Amino acid sequence: MIRPALVLLAAVGVFLLVRAAVVPKDFGRYGHYRPAALNLVRQHPVSYAGQVTCAMCHDEQVNARKAGKHAHVACEACHGPQAAHANDPSIVPKLPDVADLCRRCHEKDAAKPGWFPQVVTAEHSGGAKCNDCHQPHNPHL
Amino acid sequence: MDITRRGLFQIGGKLLVLASVGATLEQIVGAEAPSDAYKLADHWWGMLIDIDKCIGCGNCVRGCSKENQVPSGYFRTWVERYQVEEGKQPVVESPDGAMNGFAPLTRDDVKAFFVPKLCNHCADSPCVQVCPVGATFVSPDGVVLVDKEYCLGCRYCVQACPYGCRYLHPETKTVDKCTLCYHRITQGLTTACCENCPTQARQLVDFKNPQDPVHEFLRKNKVEVLKPYMATQAKVYYKNLDGSVR
Repeated sequence: MIRPALVLLAAVGVFLLVRAAVVPKDFGRYGHYRPAALNLVRQHPVSYAGQVTCAMCHDEQVNARKAGKHAHVACEACHGPQAAHANDPSIVPKLPDVADLCRRCHEKDAAKPGWFPQVVTAEHSGGAKCNDCHQPHNPHL
Repeated sequence: MDITRRGLFQIGGKLLVLASVGATLEQIVGAEAPSDAYKLADHWWGMLIDIDKCIGCGNCVRGCSKENQVPSGYFRTWVERYQVEEGKQPVVESPDGAMNGFAPLTRDDVKAFFVPKLCNHCADSPCVQVCPVGATFVSPDGVVLVDKEYCLGCRYCVQACPYGCRYLHPETKTVDKCTLCYHRITQGLTTACCENCPTQARQLVDFKNPQDPVHEFLRKNKVEVLKPYMATQAKVYYKNLDGSVR
């Protein structure tokens, strides 16, 4: 009896030893996964700096926007990801192309909700650029 | 001193037992606590989507793609356009995930609307249940994530997701999906899709924050989750969702 018991004990020992070596220390702390994975996902860099960061320097534009219908449109929704510019203001962002930009939201589409301002761009402007008449930060004429 | 064969095995066995006890003890007491201002237990993330506010511009899709470097042709979020006609199967389109919006729909004799889609960050998620190695999980703050260092790329979870929200990354060959911009929300920013939505059709919400507008929203509006019969406890709530949406 003693001999098989010792063999079994040794086998359990080997199992525990291997397990301790290959399973990460804190595996299972929150569930059946590696908590270190949370930090791994969090390490991804940010590309969109966020509204608050833009407003730190660009209060003139933020104030212009406040008065108009674009009050709740975030800067980067039109200007694109600007975290690099926020970290290093010497990186000057390119202005968006209005022809494409405005049409994406305001081109008439039967699936768009009725309350949303829409135009058939081909008929609306006669080929003129949107910002010839509308100021993008406060588009009301 | 004479060492017999038996004696050697005995000593070896004793040493093994000692080492394994030590290793187990270290496993129990040796884990470090995370040092961070962000408290996992204080949050339970989800999203609200207001169908009546979505204009199908595709800003969310582009924003997500740029923020997360989503490979071309794959989507962590996308927008569908539904055209529903009585007695017919609904027509559902999502050209390139609505990355460049939609070609204008001119016919107005159908019920038409946009439906933005993303991972529903289910609390009882089928994708998590099928993962054989613990590479995908619901975080303590309610976000379904993938540990790309553990993922084998077996794709069980891709098949298990009832909402089609997962894909195999063509380069890493591991599963990829919406992280609810975990790298952003854990430092006080909103998700890239919500940041970019010009009509606030999407709102990141924290169900554990008593000040969050989600509580009033859920009290005052009729909401639904996608495929409620799957009982996945999805946390992306849609306002005014049409019954034709799958």
